[in-house]
Amino acid sequence: MSAVKLDMDRIIDDRRTRIIVCCGSGGVGKTTAAAAIGLRAAERGRQACVLTVDPARRLAQSMGLTSLDNTPRPVDGVDISGGGSLHAMMLDMKRTFDEIVEAHADPDRAAQILANPFYQSLSSSFAGTQEYMAMEKLGQLRHADEWDLIVVDTPPSRSALDFLDAPERLGRFLDGRLIRLLTVPARAGMSYMKVLNAGFSMMTSALTKILGAQVLKDAQTFVSAFDTMFGGFRERAEWTYRLLQAPGTAFLVVAAPEPDALREASYFVERLDAERMPLAGLILNRVHVSPAARLSAARSLAAAETLDMAAAETPDLRDGPDGSGPRYDLAAAVLRMHAERMNLGKRERRLAEHFTSAHPAIPVAEVVAQPEDVHDLDGLRVIGTILSQQSP
Amino acid sequence: MTTRDTDWDGVRLHVVTGKGGTGKTTVSAALALALARAGRRVLLIEVEGRQGIARLFDCPPLPYEERKVALGLGAHGGEGGDVYALAVDPEGALLDYMEMFYNMRRAGRTLSRLGVVDFATTIAPGLADVLVTGKATEATRRRVGGRTSGHLYHAVVMDAPPTGRISRFLDVSTEISGLAKVGPVKTHADTVAKVIRSPQTVVHFVTTLEEMPVQETLDGIAELHELTQGAIRPGGIIINMARPAVLDAADLAAAASGTLDVAELVVGLKAAGISDNHGLAAELMTELREHALQVAQQNRERDEVLTAGLPHYELPMIPDGIDLAGLYQLAAKLREQGAA
Repeated sequence: MSAVKLDMDRIIDDRRTRIIVCCGSGGVGKTTAAAAIGLRAAERGRQACVLTVDPARRLAQSMGLTSLDNTPRPVDGVDISGGGSLHAMMLDMKRTFDEIVEAHADPDRAAQILANPFYQSLSSSFAGTQEYMAMEKLGQLRHADEWDLIVVDTPPSRSALDFLDAPERLGRFLDGRLIRLLTVPARAGMSYMKVLNAGFSMMTSALTKILGAQVLKDAQTFVSAFDTMFGGFRERAEWTYRLLQAPGTAFLVVAAPEPDALREASYFVERLDAERMPLAGLILNRVHVSPAARLSAARSLAAAETLDMAAAETPDLRDGPDGSGPRYDLAAAVLRMHAERMNLGKRERRLAEHFTSAHPAIPVAEVVAQPEDVHDLDGLRVIGTILSQQSP
Repeated sequence: MTTRDTDWDGVRLHVVTGKGGTGKTTVSAALALALARAGRRVLLIEVEGRQGIARLFDCPPLPYEERKVALGLGAHGGEGGDVYALAVDPEGALLDYMEMFYNMRRAGRTLSRLGVVDFATTIAPGLADVLVTGKATEATRRRVGGRTSGHLYHAVVMDAPPTGRISRFLDVSTEISGLAKVGPVKTHADTVAKVIRSPQTVVHFVTTLEEMPVQETLDGIAELHELTQGAIRPGGIIINMARPAVLDAADLAAAASGTLDVAELVVGLKAAGISDNHGLAAELMTELREHALQVAQQNRERDEVLTAGLPHYELPMIPDGIDLAGLYQLAAKLREQGAA
């Protein structure tokens, strides 16, 4: 591929890099990439913290993330001879949300919000909230300023864009016309009758009909309680958003060489550009290459057929002196396997080229597919090394 | 059709879940094709607004409307039945619901315009779930004519949210009862739950033979059981994108441990007219070793996921990417193995 190579070590070693965000669609290896980058940064002297949302169990265990306690914990087994350190934490979405509420509302109000059924539904559901809380936690960690590099992997959304939209989505509701309508009764007591208009009365009667009066009342209570801390919410969301736009942030889009993942990556790249978020490059994960690439798929397949034909013509090929004979079957199988790998690699390169020709200026790092899943620090080191040694 | 029963006779709502990247949408589509035997009509429902079904069947984006997208997989060279598809979104489902139960379509539009649906589904995702699952169960129960007539759809296949979210998504009445103890929404949720918790509904788990999807599958099955006390039934485990082993177990073990003789390969290559210049055979051995390790990992993960004790089906990696032909291949595999 003729794309610009991503210089990972330059990003890691640049002390001005304070946040690295690994994003991409689900199942492409974001968590592994984030952990590998964090580990490499720590071993190159950075005070690194990895914020992860949904790690594989064994990978989490290897980093000492056995409990979900919402606080960064030191990772054992890291080479700290260069003066660096590595902490890691797993996001506890509900706890993060509870903490924001407690920080922004007086105790009575906070208790009221925490007990509200709508709050409970919102704070423990996965859709949207997780993205928002990941950004919130990132903001908190950055604000604490205990680490000079935070590496975050975004939640496993179906769409890579969700995490950018989530804070804005929540903000829009808290700021919207609807919320003002809903909060009118709570604010103005009985006098709200005066502000009723046709649309509103239709809405409330429809809502009452579908939801029942109690549900509507709960929703109103929730919304008006939330309203008081809305200013704080918005401020934080905006702060985090600006943080992501700042030059100290580097976005890495992670994708597997598959049509869906690369399509998402393309959208994401364009979106980051539109939001003026600093994109550092694309990590193309799990690329298949062959150590015997000089033997083409076509030639390999033809050779396998030659062997098949030879075996069919002389069925006693294997009756050698010790009953074994030449292993033509072995060679044929290996040749077929090789042809398949070559074809897979070719298809992947083709897909990657779709991306690179549309986005020629974006640096790319390729990570070859590992035969086994990564679940220890050594495995992460291998990925970190591959990421950093992208020979031109 | 033969008289042989499939594993899921009597099941009319197939919910398909899986971790992102495991091919949940592809498997849902293949299952719908496999279920649509001659004379049968199957509905494939998408709930996440990604238009993945339209992409798979190479048709324009699906509206909120049941639309025929393909012919089912026929038997013995004959034609299959009809596969319809529908993209459900909470907004459309709400309008439907209001019209069907309250004859209030206009009010529904007002709610929509004011952003109420968007709002409600943000602060109470359970509401969105009940609307969406409500549409799927409604389609499942729908009859051609009166109460005693046959069902319009022989089966409904739902491409559902990912494994991490599936239990909550399906456990609608519990989700809703947190918000509403009584009232119309609660009643609606209970009706939906009755279908989902009946033997008519099963949840299939799609996984690849990799550590994390397998772990999530097992966690998902356990969570479904725990959360609903077994009331929502797990269906089968559908292993997707399995790569077949190229050699037998003994050879693979030798390849993995590096004890397979390179000289053997050199002889074979030579017989095929490929000379072993600059260690080509050794390079191919390295490649074989990687393959052997991968197969070994697949076998470990397969053993692991089968500890769940559910019926399982295995679909191969379709090397040229998924197109309509690939979908029919997968559908045939599912049918061969008794899934449909």
